[in-house]
Amino acid sequence: MPISLQEAITVKSNLHYATGDRPSRSGSEEFLAIENLTKTYKAGDGSKSTILDGINLTIRENQFVAVIGHSGCGKSTLLKIVAGLEKASSGSVRLQGKEIRKPGADRMMVFQQYSLLPWLTVRENIRLAVDEVLVHLSPAEKKQLVNEHLAMVNLTAAANKYPDELSGGMKQRVGIARAIAIRPILLLMDEPFGALDALTRGKLQRQVLDIWESQRQAVMMVTHDVDEALYMADQIVLMTNGPAARIGEILEVPFAHPRNIQEIRELPQYYELRNHALSFLDRHFSQDD
Amino acid sequence: MLQFNTMAIAIAAQAAWRKSIRPTLFQDVVLLPLLGILGVLLLWWFVAAFVSELLPTPLEALLANLDYITHPFYRRGPGDLGIGWLLLASLRRVFLGFLLGSLVAIPVGFLIGMSRKALLAINPLIQIFRPVSPVAWLPIALAIFNLANPSAIFVIFITSLWPTIINTALGVSSVSQDYLDVARVLEMSRWRQITKIILPASLPYIFTGLRISLGIAWLVIVAVEMLTGGIGIGFFVWDEWSRLNLNSVFLAILVIGSTGLVLDYLLGRLQVLVTHRSPSST
Repeated sequence: MPISLQEAITVKSNLHYATGDRPSRSGSEEFLAIENLTKTYKAGDGSKSTILDGINLTIRENQFVAVIGHSGCGKSTLLKIVAGLEKASSGSVRLQGKEIRKPGADRMMVFQQYSLLPWLTVRENIRLAVDEVLVHLSPAEKKQLVNEHLAMVNLTAAANKYPDELSGGMKQRVGIARAIAIRPILLLMDEPFGALDALTRGKLQRQVLDIWESQRQAVMMVTHDVDEALYMADQIVLMTNGPAARIGEILEVPFAHPRNIQEIRELPQYYELRNHALSFLDRHFSQDD
Repeated sequence: MLQFNTMAIAIAAQAAWRKSIRPTLFQDVVLLPLLGILGVLLLWWFVAAFVSELLPTPLEALLANLDYITHPFYRRGPGDLGIGWLLLASLRRVFLGFLLGSLVAIPVGFLIGMSRKALLAINPLIQIFRPVSPVAWLPIALAIFNLANPSAIFVIFITSLWPTIINTALGVSSVSQDYLDVARVLEMSRWRQITKIILPASLPYIFTGLRISLGIAWLVIVAVEMLTGGIGIGFFVWDEWSRLNLNSVFLAILVIGSTGLVLDYLLGRLQVLVTHRSPSST
């Protein structure tokens, strides 16, 4: 196994998380801390099914983390618990040392199905979020902020259209602009490009990465696409299969930002990481059935 | 359904106008509807000529009604008013009753849609009263108000309640979880969730309820006016029958039908204006 891969795969150094030890508390290292998190659902007949089992994960400030796993492995549930939309059965999730108990605009979400409000125009959708969250801004400042973010995702021309009139890629750009406009400290993305065709997906990945590279912040993105994770994230969290999914491995992605997809695809490390992640997923797929 | 048909015909007619009337469109928009109307006229003529002594033939009815048609807004003494005035009097009752009914039904529908306790408390009442012909409320209304006009409005009020309550409750309880998640992440207060998310999201359902309510209200007003008398298109029908003047009855049926069509069309336009979504897409 080449040295580069050894460096890249920091399973060993992260192993103490997986074994259940509490991660050390050290300032920015612990921007988001998930500890011993489990999620169980009670079925109608009283039996319990475990979705997530003993999840330990920390995310640093300005770190882009991708969570990857097969569908049904509970990765979206993990994201929703961080968002506060679902409650953990046990364990804790802390953001900047504060326990997460309910949803909050400091952890704004980009939804897989866009979740735009169809009775509002593109501009009004973003404005609604700004109105709700940034209450201290004057109307002029709000307008300016909305315009900036419309321009950021190239939607100025479509500002007065309704979501029904937009393509999937445009809708998700609105979703991203809406999320970023309210300046969350942690951006959550639930398979943000999952419903898009391949060409649109590539373009939008580039746009989101451009935005992130110009104003870095903590991002937690759920995906099932290894290439997407390698292109965008600093760290890739590989989940084992559900039920009772755990974190299998954590890969560090060593490519420096700003990234160029053509350049990183020519690096040997890219394929080593890619093969490693894919074989991990394959292994966990065949175990299941 | 009627709304859909008129829209389709209107769209088809526009297209036909632009494309210099292609043969198939001409057939769809003009020829086949004419054929249907012709068939009914033929049936009418047959019944009038061979079955009933009282019925006028279509041509006789048209000639007898020319005065009504050309002078819809005449006033020739107390109680002798043009058919336009009668129509307006009926419309006024329907609008008042419908407005009051909607003002009660939409909040009640909201309550039922959002609270299980309210559902359990109110649902039995709805299930019992909904199948009752609204005209059955007329004696109770007359006992309360002692006057024909408020009683008629009260019956329309009752008529307008049930479909709007049921559809509003359905709309409110089926607001997409996605929209509610957005509201929760944005930390909206309960009141703002209602005004900013739940109300606009359930507007298409509310409008469905309103359109059904208005449609039934327009059906019921004719029956109510037949019983209460006074000025109105419904009593006009009954009055003309008492005088064995069936010419006017045919005219009244046409006027009532067209008015109902226009009412539904207008409410459909209002729905598009308010919800920014076409009625068929929801």
